[in-house]
Amino acid sequence: MAERTCDVVIIGAGLIGLATAWRLAVDGIQVTVCDPTPGSQTSSVAAGMLAPVTEVEYGEDALLALNLASVAAWPGFAEELEALTGQSAGLNRTGTLSVAYDVDDATAIRRLADYQRRLGLEVEELSGREARKREPLLAAGVTAGVWVPGDHSVDNRQAVATLLRAAELTGVQLVRQRVSRVLVTGTTAVGVELEDGSAIHAGQVIAAAGPWSGQLEGVPAELRVPVRPLKGEVLRLRVPEAYRPALSHTVRATARGFAVYLVPRPGGELVVGATTSELGYDTRVLAGGVFALLRDARMILPITDELELVEAVAGLRPATPDNAPILGPSGLDGLLWATGHYRNGVLLTPITAQVIAETVQTGVLPSVAAPFQASRFAEVKVKL
Amino acid sequence: MSDDTLVIAGRELTSRLVMGTGGAPSLEVLEEALVASGTQLTTVALRRLDPTQQGSVLDVLRKHDIAVLPNTAGCFTAGEAVLTARLAREALQTDLIKLEVVADDHTLLPDPVELLDAAETLAADGFSVLAYTNDDPILARRLEQVGCVAVMPLGSPIGSGLGIRNPHNISMIVEAANVPIVLDAGIGTASDAALAMELGCDAVLLATAVTRAERPALMAAAMRDAVTAGRNARLAGRIPRRYHSAQASSPLDGRADL
Repeated sequence: MAERTCDVVIIGAGLIGLATAWRLAVDGIQVTVCDPTPGSQTSSVAAGMLAPVTEVEYGEDALLALNLASVAAWPGFAEELEALTGQSAGLNRTGTLSVAYDVDDATAIRRLADYQRRLGLEVEELSGREARKREPLLAAGVTAGVWVPGDHSVDNRQAVATLLRAAELTGVQLVRQRVSRVLVTGTTAVGVELEDGSAIHAGQVIAAAGPWSGQLEGVPAELRVPVRPLKGEVLRLRVPEAYRPALSHTVRATARGFAVYLVPRPGGELVVGATTSELGYDTRVLAGGVFALLRDARMILPITDELELVEAVAGLRPATPDNAPILGPSGLDGLLWATGHYRNGVLLTPITAQVIAETVQTGVLPSVAAPFQASRFAEVKVKL
Repeated sequence: MSDDTLVIAGRELTSRLVMGTGGAPSLEVLEEALVASGTQLTTVALRRLDPTQQGSVLDVLRKHDIAVLPNTAGCFTAGEAVLTARLAREALQTDLIKLEVVADDHTLLPDPVELLDAAETLAADGFSVLAYTNDDPILARRLEQVGCVAVMPLGSPIGSGLGIRNPHNISMIVEAANVPIVLDAGIGTASDAALAMELGCDAVLLATAVTRAERPALMAAAMRDAVTAGRNARLAGRIPRRYHSAQASSPLDGRADL
């Protein structure tokens, strides 16, 4: 079978793999990216929120720091991509409005706002009427809001298209095949084997296989990463011209205890998400998922009834036990992880590409990524 | 208290805290909380879970030797609940089932008619049914009569954190029961769990109070201690309440005149 050789081979052409490939190629490194369907899985299903503030959870301070660093990196990342390709990278700097439906929901979003303030994040509490002045089509029943100026969104499909173009322009080789195994000699990864049996040899392998990263053949069992697929259903609606823009900011709502988000795009698309189920690699769209998303969306935005339902799709988040990504050394020489981005893949694309490219070139993982190495899962910590 | 063992469907439990898994921000946080709680029995929603998926909550339970109590969360009719229970039995190889049949998405209150129907069907089919029910003493009695191995009355609605709204009803259920009574739902903080045990419940089931706390593992430890404290207080026999006059603990009669 045919054999190829390059400096770096990347498993997975989602946003993470493509951005890393482009970064390396810009520095003159020969990169090959393998993926049977580039950009078409998690990266295409996601809603593309850049939401370090509104997605913060108690006790996830280290992840917050990485998320904030990456949201700060997005504008420069987008400009660089746009300068190279002449097309948009999809960044929409709109800010995010978090809203509550009933009084209990208001208590919940205020509790989170209190935590966000303690972390030094910029949030502004609004009454329901104030929230509706910012987004006049929100339901009259909206009782409270929190304005988060630093959370934005990216049209992730546009970002995929632009990264594919950037990769092409910088000489990245795209191989449309599934990697069947990582080739390992002793304790060193030396390349990958493709499903047709051919091999690509490389001095450096980067695993950016998203929800499939935990299953990579060839990686010794004790070095496998605890990445599991976490199913989510997402809807794409189209706002008719007459009603545009319908929403001008990302809206996240707590609606009678349920969480829903609505992410507007400049072209009139409105993305509504997302459900969460531990159902393995199941990507069927269930009626109950569509129902729940629409039920909650129309509670918050009654004009949802008038929008065109264009797409209902399910994808798989690459989830880890602590919701944070897995970056850097794998325990095998020549294999780096760039995976496990869970709900934050679009957000973390610039910083991941930057730290992984730097690690390839210097051999050292930058300190911002140090808390996210695979080795942290070696044992369970019990904190009280 | 080492011999104070709870037996449900032939399973011996030394921890009287049954945990739920919903609402945790991450699997790691959930694992830390489960370990801190000391629980030996934990309920999972089968409809939201693929039992064959590696690295899921089931692996966490196996790792810590915590028994799985599948539940029928999300079912609105007896028919759905029976189907879901049978799927759970096949998938997880256990006859235990926490039976939930709720009336709607918003109150999540049990539908008593559907619940009783499902309990009767499943008990006759060989399941060990733990029935999540309203705090109605008569319905609790009927659930026991159709063969439930434990009855699980709510303190208040699921996830509400409102505590035990009708302690008198819980006492009535406990006094009349011949099967274990597990206070299920509504616990907000440690004193609620202690009260459940003081009222004579055999165990407490909770999830949200821990998983949505700012520090879940610390709240889990608090719940573990509260359940133990409440149980011990119940066994110790509390003093009667005196409503009309205080009673000094050190007698005033015959004290030394200094």
